[in-house]
Amino acid sequence: MNEPQLALRNLRKAYGALVVTDGVDLTVQAGELHAIIGPNGAGKTTLIHQISGLASSDSGQVLFDGRDVTGLPMHKRVRHGLARSFQITSILPKFSALDNVALAVQARSGSSFRFLGDASLEADLNEPAMECLNLVGLGARAAIPAGLLSHGEKRQLELAIGLATQPKVLLLDEPLAGTGHEDAQRVVETLRRLKGRITIVLIEHDMDAVFSLADRVSVLVYGRLIATDSPEAIRANAEVRSAYLGEEAA
Amino acid sequence: MSPIAETRPVAITGQRRRVEWLPVILFGAFVLAPVFAAFSGAEGYVLSLLTRVMIFGIAAMSLDLILGYGALVSFGHAAFLGIGGYAVGILAAHGVEDALVQVPVALAASALFGLVTGAISLRTKGVYFIMITLAFGQMLYFLATSLASYGGDDGMTLAARSLVAGLPLLKGDFALYWVCFVCLLGTYVLARSIVASRFGRVLRGSRENATRMEAIGFHPFRYQLVAYMISGMMAGLAGCLLANQAEFISPAFMTWQRSGELIFMVVLGGLGSLHGAVLGAAAFLLLEEFLPEILHMLGFMLSTDMQARLVENWKMVFGPLLILIVLFARGGIMGMLGGRHE
Ligand SMILES: Nc1ncnc2c1ncn2[C@@H]1O[C@H](COP(=O)(O)OP(=O)(O)OP(=O)(O)O)[C@@H](O)[C@H]1O
Ligand SMILES: [Mg+2]
Repeated sequence: MNEPQLALRNLRKAYGALVVTDGVDLTVQAGELHAIIGPNGAGKTTLIHQISGLASSDSGQVLFDGRDVTGLPMHKRVRHGLARSFQITSILPKFSALDNVALAVQARSGSSFRFLGDASLEADLNEPAMECLNLVGLGARAAIPAGLLSHGEKRQLELAIGLATQPKVLLLDEPLAGTGHEDAQRVVETLRRLKGRITIVLIEHDMDAVFSLADRVSVLVYGRLIATDSPEAIRANAEVRSAYLGEEAA
Repeated sequence: MSPIAETRPVAITGQRRRVEWLPVILFGAFVLAPVFAAFSGAEGYVLSLLTRVMIFGIAAMSLDLILGYGALVSFGHAAFLGIGGYAVGILAAHGVEDALVQVPVALAASALFGLVTGAISLRTKGVYFIMITLAFGQMLYFLATSLASYGGDDGMTLAARSLVAGLPLLKGDFALYWVCFVCLLGTYVLARSIVASRFGRVLRGSRENATRMEAIGFHPFRYQLVAYMISGMMAGLAGCLLANQAEFISPAFMTWQRSGELIFMVVLGGLGSLHGAVLGAAAFLLLEEFLPEILHMLGFMLSTDMQARLVENWKMVFGPLLILIVLFARGGIMGMLGGRHE
């Protein structure tokens, strides 16, 4: 096997006495779509925070492209190609949908210490941004202030912003959360199209989406990974069923 | 790509065209005012009042750049007025009377003070940021009061206004008026451009959602720090002009009350429009100037004793009046005029 694109080595984090990430080891290969599932409060979001650099880790390592990025702040990790989306929508509500995405394009194209010229008219920023919006199906809503988009559209915008940073690895924290059937279908379609082109770590409660998209699935319970396997094997795994899938059925 | 061509410019220019007459009227008024001043019979008084309005307009606008577009509530902004004023005063006291030296020195000193204090204060957020900028402002205030050779507490009178390239160009009140006008207009155009630029977009984005900005690869701190320095330099320029207008400098340039007044001007005018801050400065200073007379007129039905007391204690009315305006006219004067604020 090649060097993994993303590797977690014995990652730990506690909030006071509550151990939220308890010695997580994980490797994700380039181009893989790796889903992480687990019950509410298992520590999935915290894990994404640690991988992306929003939260620090108490111990352990995050290796990205073979490089130790554990000490880097989030904004530097993004520039290396490690981007993320948020479970709770995090956008710039007064900026248009296009400007939200164009700002992400701006972050990776040249200096932002430019004080002259209207940034919102720069075709070099708007065109790639528009492509990302079209990819997630928001092209027609480009001029709308992001705060006025529907919940489902905001989730799509999150995805477009993440893509606009041109990530090698995209960490998605419940991109389908709270979306209606149609919006969810659209996001799943987008992910299917991205699959193989970039590495994706997908956190999701929607099991249909997870089992249809993922190359491999990891199960996180109380901060521990109890299994990592193919979707079929995970579905059949007794321990997983009792810890998580059974719980859902009950 | 065609969707861009179709959707973007329409939405943008449509929005802009609707409000852009406001700055035109505002600056037009400053252009025409000297003509009326000539006919008013109190030319010197009107000119000097309006010159002050423009100078504080620059200072308030500079604050709006970081407060309105960056949500950075600096409570020590008057320090930069002081730096500009003292740069002029101290250099003049040592025989360097040319603005071509004084102004660059003032700008450099403001940038440096902004760099050092900004680098420290911007590590804090919210009320801590307010307190620490206040503390730095007070520090500079006390430093100024201790400068015995430059007047200490009492301040010092300038022998003359600054020269420009060795010529006494600022001597006349009209000349100073026009210089202040050009500075105001120049600062406005520059600030407008900054706000719309790539840099300004990062600043505005960081105001709305700093975590999102970090998640796309920006470190808001760096942009906020540079904005803080630029804002400080603009206020430093206002300080240079203020020293020339008053022909006097004193620690009173940079009291915390002065910083508070600057915030008030910005909020009064309406946050985040730049020309709103100029309107706010004008409203504040004109109200401060004419409120005693207005009260005198409104108090005609009172006994002369009461009337006199009302006029004497006009500040008791001034404060609450300002608070009422801010409370009831959300968005300040710009909000009342239906302007865009962003
Ligand atoms: N900043 C914090 N301070 C203290 N405790 C926290 C903090 N963030 C999360 N926790 C706790 O850590 C645990 C894991 O939270 P986390 O949000 O990572 O779970 P999750 O798996 O993403 O859950 P969900 O499926 O509901 O999104 C929870 O018990 C939560 O209350
Ligand atoms: Mg979560």
